Amino acid sequence: MRSILKASLAALVTSSMMTAAAFAADLVINFDDPNPGPKKGFEDAVAKFKEANPDINVIVNINDREAHKTAIRNFLSADAPDVTTWYPGNRMAPFVDAGLFEPVTDLWEQEGFNETLAAIKPTMSRNGEIWGVPYSYYQWGIYYRKDIFDEMGISEPQTWDELLAASAKLKENGVTPFTIGTKFLWTAAGVFDYLNLRTNGYDVHNDLTAGKIKYTDPRIVDVFEKWKQLIEPGYFIENHATMSWQDAVAPFANGEAAMYVMGNFSVDAYLNAGLTMDQIDYFQFPEITPGLPRAEEAPADAFFIPSGAKNKEDARKFLAFVAQPDVQTEWNKTIGQLPVNSESEIGDNKFLREGFETVSTAAGLAQFYDRDAPAEMAKAGMEGFQEFMIKPERMDAILQRLDKIQERVYK
Amino acid sequence: MTATALPDTDPPVTRSWYARNKLAITPWLFLIPAMIFFLIYVIAPIFQSIWISFYEWDGLGAAEWVGARNYVELMDDDRFYTSLWNNVLWLLLYMLAVPAGLFVALFLNQTVTGMRIYKSMFFFPFVISQVVVGLIFTWFYNPDFGVVGQVWQFFGATPPSILGDERYVTYGIIAAGLWPQIAYCMILYLTGLNNVAADQIEAGRLDGAKGWKMLWYVVLPQLKPATFIAVVVTVIGALRSFDMIAIMTQGGPYGSSNVLAYYMYETALSEYGYRMGYGSAIATVLFLIMLIYISYFLYRMYQDEKGAR
Repeated sequence: MRSILKASLAALVTSSMMTAAAFAADLVINFDDPNPGPKKGFEDAVAKFKEANPDINVIVNINDREAHKTAIRNFLSADAPDVTTWYPGNRMAPFVDAGLFEPVTDLWEQEGFNETLAAIKPTMSRNGEIWGVPYSYYQWGIYYRKDIFDEMGISEPQTWDELLAASAKLKENGVTPFTIGTKFLWTAAGVFDYLNLRTNGYDVHNDLTAGKIKYTDPRIVDVFEKWKQLIEPGYFIENHATMSWQDAVAPFANGEAAMYVMGNFSVDAYLNAGLTMDQIDYFQFPEITPGLPRAEEAPADAFFIPSGAKNKEDARKFLAFVAQPDVQTEWNKTIGQLPVNSESEIGDNKFLREGFETVSTAAGLAQFYDRDAPAEMAKAGMEGFQEFMIKPERMDAILQRLDKIQERVYK
Repeated sequence: MTATALPDTDPPVTRSWYARNKLAITPWLFLIPAMIFFLIYVIAPIFQSIWISFYEWDGLGAAEWVGARNYVELMDDDRFYTSLWNNVLWLLLYMLAVPAGLFVALFLNQTVTGMRIYKSMFFFPFVISQVVVGLIFTWFYNPDFGVVGQVWQFFGATPPSILGDERYVTYGIIAAGLWPQIAYCMILYLTGLNNVAADQIEAGRLDGAKGWKMLWYVVLPQLKPATFIAVVVTVIGALRSFDMIAIMTQGGPYGSSNVLAYYMYETALSEYGYRMGYGSAIATVLFLIMLIYISYFLYRMYQDEKGAR
């Protein structure tokens, strides 16, 4: 009996020593993008972090993006890593409200992020605290086939009428103006957001996603009427409901369609589809209501510390590290996106230069419909957008349904 | 004298209670592990999920008691009725797999050289994963580069976007699901046909039965067990349509190819969901529908067992 007790005591001591040792050195990071570019950007940054902190044993888990979205709910409450990627805005709200993320407000003060990361600060905040550190963001806008535009003598549209004229001309010449793939719904939300931001402005976008404006409000109906002007003449490719955004790159690459309302991460896909840098270009979504302050979509990617993290001290070190100007410069050059830190340098590529110009002069930055609106509303809303794009004549029924759902979601 | 008194107190008394009741208890002992796990992993969750359906819960925070509100909402939910109708469509049209499987089996039930190769080729779709079947048919249906699109274009017509049109999408997915399901029914019937008594066929033939009459009055009655299993697995297959839908359309466009199982997953567990209460309410309705079928099935089993005894 004594010997058993002794042995188990010894085992207990060694195991607690082992966990103590692990406690001091292990830093587990869950990252959510296994695509070559983003993976390399992340791994390079981690390597640099290891160099600066040789005593920390960094353990990296890289998951598929969609799998990460499902897994995070389990690992946050069951077996939390020390750092995880997630999205700001309303997408972080359930975890913040459930107390699963650790506030990092003091880290922001200590490191001066309130100034250097100011652009993304509002969407990182909730309930008076700041909850994570963004490492990258990107502009949205219209990507177009410059060679096709040149051939037909079309210049970058600046206004809604010019956009309609350009679309009409493309259509006449047998090119569908816009490609889009709405199988996963969110792409349609990008078009809706821009039409709304340009017709009604930033405040209406925020009020709508906050549930303060109804979908049957005349201002929102006006947005759908504008959208109809693109749908009814067939300015979007057919069969978009069966395609993902990557599938929709194909008509763009083979010249069947000439424009794409997208985020800057898509540039990589155009190049992989065989287009050259000279064939593609970018312009800001044209003005609709003249004189309206221009707001843009600029979703950010960020790191968070789960409240169940075992090594919060080193996790904070890592968050401070990824916000450093030089780290963000390197990282975003690799992945072709914009660094959030205002002291970082922008990668040398026309899309990043134009994108930086676009977002840094914008009057307001929206995250995205599905990040600004609560999940349930976002899902119903985006399904409504998809249905509207296929059956524009059902507009009234769709808007009324969205009102009904809105009433329930924001009670 | 003393020696004669002794044997009475011997062995019979020392036989334990277990030893005496061995025959009655042993089956239960063997059943206990399975029963415990069945209770924990099947029975308890059913009640748990019915219980959750009376709450509003996001899976993380505190659950709020809402009574029957989830069910009231369900009654007023267009998506729910679409899903329910699609479930009915699945159940009805999936039944085509049973006669289709029978005819393929009859066709293959002959002795020709290389018959095994043909049989395995017909059985092949059942062996590959549902996910692969879904993916293949998604390409198949693509109006731009899919086979369906090519055929339509050959006849000079504009191909329909089967998976992008609310009118065709459910039929498109069911057709894709039928492909492996027919193979499954076929293999069930092929084994059944092996056991059809040759003498009865002979007798039927002597009495002048042939063709349809032979099939209907002589062969089919003997295939009754196979038919029963084929119907059962087809119903189960129709209710398990989840993977095909997840792969091919994710319930789209705008929810028009949803079935209850996928709708439940979507509201409770997908990216934009996490309404556990509402999802559970859908699950409860699905459970009640399946209960009808399950009770019929159990009743049949019970009757068969009684008949066999």
